Amino acid sequence: MLDLTSVASGYGETQVLHGLSLRAEQGRVLAVLGRNGAGKSTTLKTIMGLLPTRDGTITLDGQPMGKTPYDIARMGIAYVPETRDIFPSLSVRENLEITARRFGDKDSPWTMARVLDLFPRLGERMDNGGTQLSGGEQQMLAIARALLMNPRLLILDEPTEGLAPIIVKLIHDKLMDLKREGLSMILVEQNFGFATSLADDVVVVSKGQVVWTGSADAIRADEDAQHKWLGV
Amino acid sequence: MPLDPGFWALQALNALQLSMLLFLLSIGLTVIFGLMHFVNLAHGSLYALGAYVAAALATVGGYWTGFFLAPVAVAGMGILLYSGLIRRMRKSGPMAQVLVTFGLIFALLDLTRIIWGDIALAIEVPSLLAGRVSLFGIDYPVYRLFIIALGFAIFAALALVLKRTQIGAMIRAGVDNDAMAACLGINVERLFFIVFCVGCALAGLAGAVAAPLLSVTPDMGLQILIPTLIVIVIGGLGSLQGAIAGSLIFGFVQTFGAVLAPQLASVLIYALLAAVLVIRPMGLFPAKG
Repeated sequence: MLDLTSVASGYGETQVLHGLSLRAEQGRVLAVLGRNGAGKSTTLKTIMGLLPTRDGTITLDGQPMGKTPYDIARMGIAYVPETRDIFPSLSVRENLEITARRFGDKDSPWTMARVLDLFPRLGERMDNGGTQLSGGEQQMLAIARALLMNPRLLILDEPTEGLAPIIVKLIHDKLMDLKREGLSMILVEQNFGFATSLADDVVVVSKGQVVWTGSADAIRADEDAQHKWLGV
Repeated sequence: MPLDPGFWALQALNALQLSMLLFLLSIGLTVIFGLMHFVNLAHGSLYALGAYVAAALATVGGYWTGFFLAPVAVAGMGILLYSGLIRRMRKSGPMAQVLVTFGLIFALLDLTRIIWGDIALAIEVPSLLAGRVSLFGIDYPVYRLFIIALGFAIFAALALVLKRTQIGAMIRAGVDNDAMAACLGINVERLFFIVFCVGCALAGLAGAVAAPLLSVTPDMGLQILIPTLIVIVIGGLGSLQGAIAGSLIFGFVQTFGAVLAPQLASVLIYALLAAVLVIRPMGLFPAKG
């Protein structure tokens, strides 16, 4: 559904992506793996329009992608950034309402009641400030807020970073539930086990290019590729 | 100098009245800056424009015509500035923005000179608000009390919108993190346009209510600019609490400074500004903790 073709992008003068191409399929989970600085987060920021595409094309179902993050969000892409970016001035409830009120109604797949069902912890914290949450709760809130956009494609950047193992397990199980429902996802992750157990497809990025493409099973079996590109 | 209770009441009311005028000006500027990191130095000129429009309309249709239409006219000017200049300059960095809006000050200054001339205009206090009332043992002009009440009413209305409505939550989200707000499908540019227009209208309103108190001169916008910027720096960028706190601090320090320590008065507020910058460089109530 989402195609990146020879995409070049970067920060200011520094180019990070050098002709990166990948495809995320409808109803499947794509994991983007690679070492630190390989260009994984840059890829996601470029998809979201947070960094300009300097060369190459990005299309969603064959349509050219919008130019601004606002247009891209409106096309049905939801983004959970590495830093979670919970709004500190907003309560948990307001953080959720900001997407729920504009992307959903009673008949939408994702409603406030349903995300609170998915993450009951958030229900107990509704009137807390966005920054009074633990790291794990912030991650749940960021995912819940993205789901309330009723997205066609969910993009997650390092969802397990800095979280305790028990929370990592919980996030894994919840994302697995979403995958079973057929939600298309792109996942950037350092945690190899976490990523490959969730993903259907895997691309490995190095120096701003895709150097390996295959299935999750294939990368788990390919110790040479793991060693060469990921240092596992 | 007799320092009886009446003296304190009188000066406190004067301080409040100055604070409320500054609040009307600083709130628009600070939220515009907080939301879009856009520095509009011409904000004071919009206040002067509001005063002139109010004065001109008052001679035709009376004070209240000016009171209600000056904010609309200034918001209209804001729309022109936005679509003609500001939208193109959104990504051009603070230096270019400061230069262009600083240039706008002089363009608007000369525009008011061309239309209304160099002579100060005077405008009558409306009959409804003329006269004085007895309050805390002193006689105080009703019109000045009206300004104080108006300031608090606008503060309460803005607090309600920002804290309780969806658009208020969107504005707070945009001030916190505009890139993430856009990623969640908030049209931050349109939000900025709305806030900019409301900010311009409030600057126009400030000009309209100040017109009967001060003489309306072309450079009144330049004179109010520095106090407004001081209010924003003391209060902290982007927040309503910051704007009201900064305005009250400026109003009281300035007013009481002038009567209690006249020889220090002009230095006092700058000393306070320096102290705030040293102790709390982000201001007292910055929007981004």
